[in-house]
Amino acid sequence: MNNNDTIKKTLIVAVSLCLVCSALISFSAVELRDLQEANKTLDKQSKILSAAGLLKEGGDVTELFESIEARIVNLETGKFDYQINLDEYEESAFSRNPSTSIELTANNDIALLKRRENFQTVYLHYSMEKLNAIILPVRGYGLWGTMKGYLALQPDLKTIIGLEFFDHKETPGLGGEIDNPKWKATWKGKEVYSDSGDVLISVIKGSVDRSSSQAKYQVDGLSGATITSNGVTNLLSFWLGDMGYGPLINTLKDQESKDV
Amino acid sequence: MSKAKEVLLNPLFNDNPIALQILGICSALAVTGTLYITLIMCVALTTVVTLSNLFVSLIRNHIPTNIRIIVQISIIATLVMLVDEVLQAFDYESSKTLSVFVGLIVTNCIVMGRAEAFAMKNGPLMSAIDGFGNGLGYSVILIIIAIIREFIGAGTFYGIEIMPLTTNGGWYLANNFFLTPASSFFIIGFTIWALRQWKTEQIEEPEFKISKNSLETEKRAI
Repeated sequence: MNNNDTIKKTLIVAVSLCLVCSALISFSAVELRDLQEANKTLDKQSKILSAAGLLKEGGDVTELFESIEARIVNLETGKFDYQINLDEYEESAFSRNPSTSIELTANNDIALLKRRENFQTVYLHYSMEKLNAIILPVRGYGLWGTMKGYLALQPDLKTIIGLEFFDHKETPGLGGEIDNPKWKATWKGKEVYSDSGDVLISVIKGSVDRSSSQAKYQVDGLSGATITSNGVTNLLSFWLGDMGYGPLINTLKDQESKDV
Repeated sequence: MSKAKEVLLNPLFNDNPIALQILGICSALAVTGTLYITLIMCVALTTVVTLSNLFVSLIRNHIPTNIRIIVQISIIATLVMLVDEVLQAFDYESSKTLSVFVGLIVTNCIVMGRAEAFAMKNGPLMSAIDGFGNGLGYSVILIIIAIIREFIGAGTFYGIEIMPLTTNGGWYLANNFFLTPASSFFIIGFTIWALRQWKTEQIEEPEFKISKNSLETEKRAI
């Protein structure tokens, strides 16, 4: 009865097993792809809304997100770019491709990104025809990996509405506390730029001294997570600086002064 | 006790895969930070071990001896990938938190151990019951660890605040050690001790005897 060990039988079993297994996996991957993509988009959208303080308890994310307008911005010039289709834009592809990204040098790569794409999607929220919030994607290296998130600024372009991370690998309970609602709430109302336009916002070690004149640029550090805290400071300094959204913010400010 | 009942219930306390066989410790350390995530992991592992036992047992009479481990691993890996896909589609939040640990079910010794030790020799139904029982045995220990870790490390039970943390304006200063995977070692250790106090037949014979204290021999000499 037991002739399983012939070469013929071995090959037949191996090949048919591979065929069945790969068919099953391909089938499930294809069947579930739409759901998975939808989940990812929904997750990002809810983080964008939540950074801008627009996410309501029990509100429908997709519906709420309709009030938000996405635009591609050219990070070099700081102007909106209408050539690139929003649906075709993909951050990872753009930051890898040498023709759509630049290599960062040791001096300016404070967020440890190695390459920076020349285009980014930013999100604008209008209410009553007036700009209500601008939401900027930010990312940078923490302790274990890249932390990706969204920073929402008020129309004055320096006061923070919120900061929200949607992807990170920090230690749960320590660096992972960047997801703690209490800590996230401390960002609200902080200012990122000094009057002369320098990026001052930072996560400090310990608690912020409220009486200090610097208090509005400082956020409490996460205890036991110095490297994560520094990572957050670094990624904000990078993305708000000249290599990040600095040019865009200048453009928007110029526009505003012209409008007035 | 009928055989099926025995096969199902034995792995819970009498022959627990973690506490007695000391298998599958790695995920018991890694995913037990919060109870919800642990429950998802337990469901995922129980599904995989039940189905892998079932399928291995179904084709056990056709598996060539030379490639039997590869065949088992292929079946397990396929199931794990399916579970991962389903999780990404239906519970995206937990799949983000569990990240690689779902994929690492492939290397969980319990799954392969049961396939090789039980499913290769028994019928499909019994094998599936055995897989399910072992999945439950794994789950029991993980849930115990997760409850303890979440309670001491974050002051919560299943995300519900029991002891308000100082960071949220309460009185309980969270013990950060319990949020690190290393704390699970201690909890597993104490669980095994407690289990063996209850079921003394699980206490293993020491492999060697410690020789008499030299002081004692000296005393006798005097």
